[in-house]
Amino acid sequence: MRLEPIAAPSHARTLVPPAIAIAATIAVAGLLAALAGANPLQTFGLIVKGAFGSKFAALETLNRATPLVFTGLAVAVAFRARLWNIGAEAQLYAGALMTVLIGTQLGLPGPLAIPLMALGAVMAGALVLLGPVLLKTRLGVDEVVTTLLLNFVMALFISYLLEGPLKDPMGMGWPKSPSLPRDARLPRIVDGLRLHWGFGLALICAAGVWLIQTRTTLGYEIRAVGANPQAARFAGIPVTRVLVKTALLSGGLAALAGFSEVAGLKGNLTTDLSASFGYTGIVVAMLALLHPMGVVISALFVAGIFVGADSMSRAAQVPTYIADLLLACALLFMVLAILLTRFRVVRG
Amino acid sequence: MTEIADILISASFWAAILRIASPLIFATMGELICERAGVLNLGIEGIMVFGAFAGWMAVYAGLPLWGGVAVAMLGGMAFGALHGLLTVPFGLSQHVVGLGITMLATAAAYYAYRLALPQVTNPPRITPFQPLHIPVLSNLPWLGQALFSQTALTWAGFAAAGATALVLFRTPLGLAVRAAGENPQAVEAQGLSVTAIRMGAVIVGSGLMAVGGAFLTMSAFSSFFFEMVNGRGWICIALVVFGAWKPGKALLGALLFAGFDALQIRLQQTGLGQVVPYQVFLMIPYLLSILALIAMSRRAEVPAALMTPFNRGDR
Repeated sequence: MRLEPIAAPSHARTLVPPAIAIAATIAVAGLLAALAGANPLQTFGLIVKGAFGSKFAALETLNRATPLVFTGLAVAVAFRARLWNIGAEAQLYAGALMTVLIGTQLGLPGPLAIPLMALGAVMAGALVLLGPVLLKTRLGVDEVVTTLLLNFVMALFISYLLEGPLKDPMGMGWPKSPSLPRDARLPRIVDGLRLHWGFGLALICAAGVWLIQTRTTLGYEIRAVGANPQAARFAGIPVTRVLVKTALLSGGLAALAGFSEVAGLKGNLTTDLSASFGYTGIVVAMLALLHPMGVVISALFVAGIFVGADSMSRAAQVPTYIADLLLACALLFMVLAILLTRFRVVRG
Repeated sequence: MTEIADILISASFWAAILRIASPLIFATMGELICERAGVLNLGIEGIMVFGAFAGWMAVYAGLPLWGGVAVAMLGGMAFGALHGLLTVPFGLSQHVVGLGITMLATAAAYYAYRLALPQVTNPPRITPFQPLHIPVLSNLPWLGQALFSQTALTWAGFAAAGATALVLFRTPLGLAVRAAGENPQAVEAQGLSVTAIRMGAVIVGSGLMAVGGAFLTMSAFSSFFFEMVNGRGWICIALVVFGAWKPGKALLGALLFAGFDALQIRLQQTGLGQVVPYQVFLMIPYLLSILALIAMSRRAEVPAALMTPFNRGDR
């Protein structure tokens, strides 16, 4: 078999493969539920109900989606330039660390502390990705492996800080940082509802990234570098500088996930602050086809699956890991489906 | 310094090097075969997790130890087939597919674990591979314990490395695999199928990765824990680069790496461990891997067609 590009794909061509991908994902999920001895339809119902069935559930989903919008954007921005940033997890923790340091150590009043915490987080996250990118552009070291390995280094560094210099003396021996003062926390969007301004910031960032990608020279350059670095270089685009700028943007966005989780939700730093938000950001970005506005929708979907599966597994005997499996299938089916909207498989 | 000398002359240190290197040797050879054929396999981490789970579960369910190894290998080959299908004939991004396979295989292992053992907090133990007694050699003073107290699976790892080198560099099949990673057009001109060669390499390589994972639950430890692979797959990708895509050098790299790992574990128990936080020691393997990548960056002879999909008919 070989692939033949389709010059002008019909409507059916662009719609049918993704629809089949969605159906296949649902079928796999049903099979998994049946394997666990549960009724598939009932399981789906419980997942949807657990994710969006009540005000509490919906707010929980929005809260879970918030860090995923940030990490999803971070991945989308980087992958667009074919910069394989798999280190959003490390950048998230760098951002969370900076947030805690500025928020608890400087003793600033809230209105001053909050923007400074965000700024510090962005800078820390950008710096964490800058290293691998310089290694890539200067020495040709593959950034996939370096960013992956740095996730482990960062996790150990945070663990050291939380058991050592940054340990909360009032923490009853638990490895956690001191908590941010009340006035250095992100306020709630609506009084009484458990949803903080981190979600608002995430939406603003999505719009900002969209503007950068569609309305600025940098956005154009990022796309050109991603499409074909040699051609971009030949056309006079400073490829290295574009990659560095992309890295700063991507690392900064991932770090805001850490800022938002600490300042908006948790109030302190622990080693389990991130439930693999950095890695899940890859799924979020791919399901959104790297589109910044799509990232918001995709983050809500992914968060809904996780929150819904948590709630479902308490009621039915289906392990909560069904969410991870389902999303991995969705990712693989979807990348194949998108390919098939543009290519035809021919024999020979 | 005498503490380091004490560690270096202890037989258990050298035995530990071989033990720590074993899973890395299997998985590094697996990755090396994939990359030689032109496919970067980022599914390695998840395939190792799945292999660790599947081999252990099969033995827990009543299969003999080698049966467990076979189950792990078949599981790894199945994920390899999926990876190969998506990246070779369909030519999808090897980065995205590989990470997707890692997520899929990891989640599959965790899901199956929870299905089989819904409530347990402590996973059940199996009777793992026991050290293989080699007549005469195992009885030698010091050397017997240092080098000849390993399980059969460790020796299988060295055999796998030898076989990888032999097949890749001494057989027509190996030549075809290497050519598929260097110049696929030339392979196709010879009337061979690049698709078939690459698919085969990814499937076999993934099988080896899964056995590497299975070593953890079936030889090094006797239970399956979440996150027990802990980045070993990514380290193996670095080892392939460090070994310049050559099995012998990659094997040496794995041993060297295991040496540093065994040393840092022992240094934690010494006076140094009182001063330096244990997390610093645990960072060493990851930092070493990054350093290895940097050191080899100028000299590495990357397979020319690595990560380049081949579509018959494209010019």
